[in-house]
Amino acid sequence: MSYEDTITSYHLDILREIGNIGAGHAATALSTLLGNKVDMSVPHVKVVSFDEMMEMAGGPENVVVSVFLRIEGEMTGSMFFILSIEQASGFIRTMIKDDSFNFEQIAESEMGLSALQEMGNILSGSYLSSLSDFTNLNLYPTVPAIAVDMAGAIISYGLVEVSQAGDKAIVIDTELANEGKKTEGANGQFFLLPDPDSFRTLFHALGVE
Amino acid sequence: MLKVGTVIKIGIADSGVAEPPDKIRTSGLGSCVGVILYDERSKKAGLLHVMLPDSALARSGEINPAKFADTGVTHLISQMGLPATRLKAKIAGGAQMFQFSTQKDTMRIGPRNVEAVKAELKKLNIPIISEDTGGSSGRTIEFDPVTYQLSVRTVNVGEKMI
Repeated sequence: MSYEDTITSYHLDILREIGNIGAGHAATALSTLLGNKVDMSVPHVKVVSFDEMMEMAGGPENVVVSVFLRIEGEMTGSMFFILSIEQASGFIRTMIKDDSFNFEQIAESEMGLSALQEMGNILSGSYLSSLSDFTNLNLYPTVPAIAVDMAGAIISYGLVEVSQAGDKAIVIDTELANEGKKTEGANGQFFLLPDPDSFRTLFHALGVE
Repeated sequence: MLKVGTVIKIGIADSGVAEPPDKIRTSGLGSCVGVILYDERSKKAGLLHVMLPDSALARSGEINPAKFADTGVTHLISQMGLPATRLKAKIAGGAQMFQFSTQKDTMRIGPRNVEAVKAELKKLNIPIISEDTGGSSGRTIEFDPVTYQLSVRTVNVGEKMI
């Protein structure tokens, strides 16, 4: 029996609450950083095939800006913050207060990449510290890495651990939107992908079997 | 009547076979490796999208053979229904998408996938005609069984033929 078969709808509700708390804190941090209001969607928790996971980020060939980090410690997993190129440049323009910043320079702009990395650091840090407080588990995130590339190429990297245990991934997906910038393409998405062995730890920490 | 070819799309950890006028394609290869096997006589071509190097890494009982390099190549050959001696190979992928200071072995998955695919092809005496592996970019590949040309597209460099 694969690990995802042991997950009940009650478990999915708990994971959704984790997404809610984590992304809520991240949205607050982002709002402080940008100095304007950030909206957050109700999290989705999905048990998906790997191909479906790519579709959640706009399809395997869709070019995205991604902040990726590994979570180490008592619970392990992968975390992505995925933005469309338009949205990433919008965020950067607000952060570095340079309206001329263009998404085509993202890959070469040191300032832009640095700003984006810092944003990734703050967002994932606030997401994970609230998760750590909530579960009382020690979590050690790696320094976030940035890539601007095809969604398939980026996400498959976070599926290495999951793919050793089966053909499905359990993903906690939350969207953030910079208010007033909704015309700038798709919203920023958080994907939290706990490693298969970590679900037991996670549920146990919350007093659920 | 002229038959219009379609492009057969292969997902992650999957494999498939195409015959002219169809082409075969897989998108968004990162650390994964795309393996093309083709036969110049029958013009039949197969594509395999490998995710992991070794099926010994699998932790659940039932495995999907197309996911692993060691099981995937033979799985594709049996799907094609041709003897391995008639096949040639082209491979692409195996990039290192992110650089981390703490290099755990699982983070080196791209190069390991390439090594495992090459070892498997060598074991079966299938020659590698061309390859585009390594680096740090995602790739989309499409193979034309008529010209034996493999198109490799990356975000930064654009398209090239190997």
